[in-house]
Amino acid sequence: MPTASPTVEKPRPETIFGFWTYIMTDCMIFAALFATFAVLRTQFAGGPTPKQIFDLKTTLEETMLLLCSSASCGCAMVSVHHRKIPPTLFWLAITLCLGAGFVALELHEFLGLVARGAGPDRSAFLSAFFTLVGTHGLHVTAGLLWMLVLVVEMTVLGRGMTDKIAHRLYAWSLFWHFLDIIWVAIFTFVYLNSVR
Amino acid sequence: MNLLGNLSLSQIPYASWIVMTAVGFEIVVALSVLGLITGYGKWGYLWREWLTSVDHKRIGIMYIIVSQVMLLRGFLDAMMMRMQQAVAAGGNQGFLPAHHYDQFFSEHGVIMIFFVVMPFIIGLINIVVPMQIGTRDVAFPFLNSVSLWMVVAAALLLNISLGLGSFAKTGWVAYPPLSEIQYSPGVGVDYYIWVLQLSGFSTLFTGINFFVTIIKRRAPGMGFFRMPLFTWTSFCTVTLILMAFPILTVALALLTLDRYVGTHFFTNDLGGNSMMYVNLFWAWGHPEVYILILPAFGVFSEVTPTFAGKPLFGYKTLVWATIAITVLSFLVWLHHFFTMGAGANVNAFFGMMTMIIAVPTGVKVFSWLFTIYRGRLRFTVPVLWTLGFLITFTLGGMSGVMLALAGNDFVLHNSLFLIAHFHNVLIGGTLFGMFAGFNYWFPKAFGFTLHEGLGKLAFWLWLSGFYVAFMPLYILGFMGMTRRMSHYDNVAWQPYLIVALFGAVLILCGIATMVLQLYVSVRDRAQNRDLTGDPWNGRTLEWSIPSPPPFYNFAITPKVHGIDAFWEYKEHDPKTLPVEYVDIEMPKSTAAGFIVGVLTGVLAFAMIWHIWWSAIASSLAIIGVVIYRAYQEELDYIVPAAEVARIEAGYLNQPKVV
Repeated sequence: MPTASPTVEKPRPETIFGFWTYIMTDCMIFAALFATFAVLRTQFAGGPTPKQIFDLKTTLEETMLLLCSSASCGCAMVSVHHRKIPPTLFWLAITLCLGAGFVALELHEFLGLVARGAGPDRSAFLSAFFTLVGTHGLHVTAGLLWMLVLVVEMTVLGRGMTDKIAHRLYAWSLFWHFLDIIWVAIFTFVYLNSVR
Repeated sequence: MNLLGNLSLSQIPYASWIVMTAVGFEIVVALSVLGLITGYGKWGYLWREWLTSVDHKRIGIMYIIVSQVMLLRGFLDAMMMRMQQAVAAGGNQGFLPAHHYDQFFSEHGVIMIFFVVMPFIIGLINIVVPMQIGTRDVAFPFLNSVSLWMVVAAALLLNISLGLGSFAKTGWVAYPPLSEIQYSPGVGVDYYIWVLQLSGFSTLFTGINFFVTIIKRRAPGMGFFRMPLFTWTSFCTVTLILMAFPILTVALALLTLDRYVGTHFFTNDLGGNSMMYVNLFWAWGHPEVYILILPAFGVFSEVTPTFAGKPLFGYKTLVWATIAITVLSFLVWLHHFFTMGAGANVNAFFGMMTMIIAVPTGVKVFSWLFTIYRGRLRFTVPVLWTLGFLITFTLGGMSGVMLALAGNDFVLHNSLFLIAHFHNVLIGGTLFGMFAGFNYWFPKAFGFTLHEGLGKLAFWLWLSGFYVAFMPLYILGFMGMTRRMSHYDNVAWQPYLIVALFGAVLILCGIATMVLQLYVSVRDRAQNRDLTGDPWNGRTLEWSIPSPPPFYNFAITPKVHGIDAFWEYKEHDPKTLPVEYVDIEMPKSTAAGFIVGVLTGVLAFAMIWHIWWSAIASSLAIIGVVIYRAYQEELDYIVPAAEVARIEAGYLNQPKVV
């Protein structure tokens, strides 16, 4: 058993493994949502079809923003590895801007669709589309909030780059990359595959 | 805008004397419990030692208290249904109006599965697994506390639905389109959705917690194939929880969107597909069946070797059978709705998979039988439950194989034959297993044994009551009686239903005997103290420490050299070695888990009644508490070696595994 003194903040060895386990359960949530979309994707009920409403240019912009944010997140983690605070904050700020840009674009797309009468209550296809993509968007928003919480802990609370915060940032980066992978699946199966 | 959403005094069902009596009774019980705590001045003790505790043993005990209280509630629902069906034949309409009867069967299913069996299982896992693997606590003690209080909040909400609004009238599965807003307006289905979401998230957190605990916190030397069988089955159960419960979360969330936002996932119009819900529900629901039964298998695998005085027959076979069941449980969900019309090939596939899953289960039954064979079996209460299980569960399994034939199922679908089948396996399997475990580990948790005579009487009342109550239901299924009927015209069914009522009364006597057993055992606890920590001559690590264990469980982390670690120690090295104690690090108690639990209850209540400001406020408060908790430092504290030595000196008779 660890006999460390209480002042040393040692992350429990299980924390990162526990986070992987959580990601596995989140994967199951997305799997169920993808399955629902697959079943309902042609149920237009006389409403708009993917070809009429999907603007692949916006989707490409969203994809680029999220992929780049994954890259900047990776850079941030290199700085975390060296326990350097200023470059970590710099790369996290870039990640924040890219992520926020992604959420803004998605929100813009959603509001535009609702304004055109293609909201989630129009057809089963649109219900499944909004729920799957919206759940991903909510995850991205939660990821941004989490990152801010960690940045506040580092800076405002003056805790600096302790092992505990480094491990939390590592868990956060796992989450961020996970969302990127989910987005690649959404981009492929929801957008590209529907306008074929 | 209305500050109270849809909530108003007119939502209280004044007109129904049955409901109002029940509400009055619940309020009287709640007030007397609160009054007693205040009278004895125990609030401080309760808050410090229990409500804010992150000790896995205390959390486990509280889980089991929740399950026993809810067992009484769920059984009262069952009694109401049995009484109604015993009289409501032909011209007699019985005493329950249809809309009340519908709530009773919906509540009965939800309570028994989510608030009796699940907390019972999770409570036992909490108490036993960390001790069996030789660790001092679970991987995430705070998360464990959150799990407990979320399930308590959900149970409270379910009881509130009795007196405020109504519960779902859709059956415990809440199939759309019936559960959609146009066919089920009002708050009934909303109560159902939010109660299940809270309970489901709580179970998911527990799943993550114990998955990590079992993988990462085993004592040195305890490889996977040295884990006790109860730990193995718990491990497979939590793995199933991780894979299955997210699907329930999604199914309920989509139904919520249909009801609150107007989406069309499961509606009849605009492209919705109600069978999608049924598929998602059972993609969770069938693994759930094995989540419920596997820990019971684990209990029997501990009870048989202990009381037969022999090692478990075919340890590795039992482990692989458990793993096989875990995998196969995801390949049978469609047998819950063969009548969907998926076609002969699909039905044949799922029918065959269902029959195949009976094979590993049969392997287990033979393992237990061969463990008993040529052993010196002591006929204690846990052993009686085990023997009752072996016979009853085998019968239930056989009726299950009958239902697995799609052709049979078309005749028996939703008949009382099905009801008899799943009560046969859930009572005869899971519940008997939990009762065996309750009697087996009670002395470990509390330090005194339960009264044997009353325990045996309770077993015989339950066993005979079960057969008298459910065998007539098999016959009624063949006679064509369907489930969920508040009234029937065919008077030929009535004699069987009167017999079934008599069986339910026998079970009631069994429950009363259990309450008496608990009362007598607590009263006479001075004579039944377990001073050795090992009242049954056990084989696994939990029996190597005092009863009740000190809060840190193990003063010295044990080293494991084989299966049945404690038995090996007793056989080979019975001398007590001089030990050197070290400092121990333990998690501090925290109120955050309790507060988060209360807040999730407030959030669910606000969502049910459309009190939007309160929903937003409680959501923000939950996020706030979690962030506050994340910012806290020094969550652990050190128990100095001298303090450990002082506590351990109180248990000088204890052998130590070192």
